[in-house]
Amino acid sequence: MKPVAFHPLARLLHWLMAVLILAMLFIGVSMVNDLSPRHTWLVSLHKAIGLALLLLVLVRIGLRLLLPQPPLPNDLPSLQRRAAKASHLLLYGLMLAMPLLGWGMLSAGGYPLPLQLPALLPHDLQLYALLRQAHGWLAYVLFAIVLVHLGAALVHGLVRRDGVLRSMWPGPLRKD
Amino acid sequence: MTTPLHGRPRALRLAAIGLGLTALAAGFAYTAGWIGNERLTPKRIIDTFEAQAGHHPGYRKNHAKGLCVSGYFQSSGEAAGLSSARVFSQARVPVIGRFAIGGANPHSPDASVPTRSLALQLSSDDGQQWRTGMNTPPVLAVGTPEAFYQQVLAMTPDPATGKPDPSRLQAFFAAHPESAAFRQWAKDYKASDSFANSSYNSINAFALIDAEGKARYVRWSLLPQTPFAALPTQVEDNDYLQHDLRQRLSLGPLRWTLQLTLAAAGDAVNDPSQPWPGQRPTVDAGTLVIDQVDAAQQGACRDLNFDPLILPTGIKPSADPILAARSAAYSESFNRRSREAAQLGARP
Repeated sequence: MKPVAFHPLARLLHWLMAVLILAMLFIGVSMVNDLSPRHTWLVSLHKAIGLALLLLVLVRIGLRLLLPQPPLPNDLPSLQRRAAKASHLLLYGLMLAMPLLGWGMLSAGGYPLPLQLPALLPHDLQLYALLRQAHGWLAYVLFAIVLVHLGAALVHGLVRRDGVLRSMWPGPLRKD
Repeated sequence: MTTPLHGRPRALRLAAIGLGLTALAAGFAYTAGWIGNERLTPKRIIDTFEAQAGHHPGYRKNHAKGLCVSGYFQSSGEAAGLSSARVFSQARVPVIGRFAIGGANPHSPDASVPTRSLALQLSSDDGQQWRTGMNTPPVLAVGTPEAFYQQVLAMTPDPATGKPDPSRLQAFFAAHPESAAFRQWAKDYKASDSFANSSYNSINAFALIDAEGKARYVRWSLLPQTPFAALPTQVEDNDYLQHDLRQRLSLGPLRWTLQLTLAAAGDAVNDPSQPWPGQRPTVDAGTLVIDQVDAAQQGACRDLNFDPLILPTGIKPSADPILAARSAAYSESFNRRSREAAQLGARP
């Protein structure tokens, strides 16, 4: 029997990570343009949240594989169904890739790592350039996908009213 | 389950969703600096350096001309009570360094630039790193990134002479009386004939944190153990200082004393343009020994960003806004030259 909503733990992780990811995107684009003492603070915060998000996404991928998912509505056109699947896959991929790219680029740039974590990659300037640019560009892609995801969720909840938004609702679920 | 909306209510809700997403995207664009007032950013500072000195792919965007060295730091143990950083108690700490001359042109004649710098990375055996970039002047002309940017603009070379317009510089200094100490230094400065007998200063203040968590503000200097000799008035060799350093290192290691100057209450710890009064207590933290030079521009120092905010436990930054701006601008320079290295294979 398929559930009507996501497991409470999955919903908790979703909303916690949603807040952190949105914060990370704003912190990221802000800090690279800032040269006030706020820059220093934002960079430390960015590294700390990034590490937290890496741990959270690993737990989340585990839960996703373990727990059953509520199905999409039956009347959803197949194109939208495929778009939903593809965008979720992309979101998972980026959630995993972004902190790893951050860790990898700091390693390749010869920077000391927070908590004295080991370097993921050798110190290599050209590799650093590649990873640093990928980290920046994929952040824009992630922000765009987050906008699409948010828009789709709101259309499901406010226009189609088909129970999709409610399946990920952060509070207790109302019985119909 | 409620039924889907149709007609006007549907259109209204779709419009509201579109508006909400647009607002979020606009907030992101504003945060990223794509819309809104033009701000002073690390990118703008580095753009200005490149506009003035030319585009030199792969090189550092300031203090572009330098060479890599290595050696070690012998701690005296005298600063161990002031800071819990391992570098102040470890007997011998490996060091990678870079001597450079000021300016964004990697082809400037060595003798043409009064400012010299020494950047160091000290790697202690607890796995921590201390990076510091030090300059020959003990103070900067100004104390904020905005004023620094104005100073850079005031020093724009006049296309006719290739030198800064003296009247423009004079107007800048007149508008910035806080530059008095720097101007006095520039007036009294006698260039030495070597990197080896130059002093290098942290300029910015930092806090040393002892084992009990007590903070004391310091500035540090590397004082040469090599005696002073004046730079000859006529220097033909473009790479005079580099050749001199090689020559000296072929004969033996060079030494500097790392001297910490402790601030008293009321000293300007967040303003690098303000000197501290003389007679402040000092502590000799140890000796820097440089014993090897790498090929010009090559070697381990090339691929490092000497970000002055890479500090070990036991040393903390002050709230000096120039210190934060240096960190941000160094990062932009590092990113830019790494891209150039990757795209063009440009490796100075």
